[in-house]
Amino acid sequence: MAIVASGNCLERNAWICGDYVRTRSDELWTASREHILLTVSAVVIGLVIAVPLVLLARRFRVAVAWIGGLTSVLYTIPSLAFFALLLPVTGLSTTTVRIGLVVYTLVILFRGLLAGLDAVPAAAREAARGMGYGPARLLLTVELPLALPSIMAAVRVATVSTVAMVTVGATIGHGGLGNLIYDGLSSSFKAEVLTASVLCVALAVVADLLLAGLEWLLTPWRHGRRGRRTARDGAPPGPVSVVPAQPGRSAA
Amino acid sequence: MSTLTGAFDWLTTGSNWRGSEGIGTRLTEHLLLTGASVGIACAVALPVAVGLGHLGRGGTLAINISNVGRAVPTFAVLVLLAIGPLGIGDTTTVVALTLFAIAPLVTNSYVGMREVDPGAKEAARGMGMSGGQLLRRVELPLAAPLIVLGLRLAAVQVVATATIAALIGGGGLGRFVVDGLANNRHDEVVGGAILVAALALIVDGILFAVARLVASGPRKVPAARTR
Repeated sequence: MAIVASGNCLERNAWICGDYVRTRSDELWTASREHILLTVSAVVIGLVIAVPLVLLARRFRVAVAWIGGLTSVLYTIPSLAFFALLLPVTGLSTTTVRIGLVVYTLVILFRGLLAGLDAVPAAAREAARGMGYGPARLLLTVELPLALPSIMAAVRVATVSTVAMVTVGATIGHGGLGNLIYDGLSSSFKAEVLTASVLCVALAVVADLLLAGLEWLLTPWRHGRRGRRTARDGAPPGPVSVVPAQPGRSAA
Repeated sequence: MSTLTGAFDWLTTGSNWRGSEGIGTRLTEHLLLTGASVGIACAVALPVAVGLGHLGRGGTLAINISNVGRAVPTFAVLVLLAIGPLGIGDTTTVVALTLFAIAPLVTNSYVGMREVDPGAKEAARGMGMSGGQLLRRVELPLAAPLIVLGLRLAAVQVVATATIAALIGGGGLGRFVVDGLANNRHDEVVGGAILVAALALIVDGILFAVARLVASGPRKVPAARTR
């Protein structure tokens, strides 16, 4: 049945077309790879910048308002405008898209990291200090593990939003799967647009699941023995604290 | 840097602001598209979210709708609608923008309603309030700050997304960015981008001020009651 239907689906310009996937698998693979690379590099660079910023902000609380304010302003700027504003500096390159994406992930990660570290119970911190922990050991062995669920929540939100936002990079020629969507728009090529869109959402879902798995592996104490109350912590505060903090703007 | 001065020249040239393809027209289009989309989204989302929050049902749906909204690229939806049944036009843009405005509105309104202090609700019930009175006089005022936050997120997102609408041939300020890119007029691209960014920041600022006003509202109520 599928074989019969796919016979002339390219000519009929069908939404779902096996022939398209078969004949353009190279194109799809190249686009997906660019998409994944852009997303991963944006999140990793965002994290690398966010960590020192958060440590700085915790040291000098005045900096929180400044960094927080500045990042909020940057976050409000639509991505298309952001890419366009970077044009004079970086031109029509992947760098332009990457810088734009890094800024958005940075905002989400900065807020998530800071909120996570701030939510560490003061008693845990006091106890560690009382046991003679220095600042570095306190951070690495007490604060970071306790803040991990909320850090991972931020990483997941940042990754999923980035996967969606990469598509806008198509306007300057580097949008991963967005390039195919943009191309399909000008030729009204339905199979190309739908396949690329579905792949894009699939990438977001897979990335989210992988990160959820990573979080599960990194926090064995939260699911070690039969459902202690802490095991529930991740679920309700996640959406409640994360959603109001960051606009659900996906690809704008 | 020459592009920046070029963009400044473009912005300060009076003739660029006039006419059917001038900045004035595009700004009006942008605001109309945004207003219509946010308006429709509010009309659809707020009653549903407030109702669900009041009844305490549908929480999973209300919270996950935002996660779905994040994972689906607005650009993809715009293009799918444009080459699909709706065709290219303002209707397509408004439908896509509305869909994406609904998510933050529903999630924040629902969370706002659910986070109302149960003690306040019980006290209201104990005073003999009916479900409708409880909703109007206790839950809605206490949930208002989060509802307004949802509105702010939705509005800023729609202002941003309306820019992308230019990619499918729609109006609005995104036209300058998209047409400028297509014709290699970088002054226009950067000038348009500055306008879009400024508009997003202004809308955000205005709704932030509204949120401050609303947040200070409920605190006055108990004070007034103690007379």
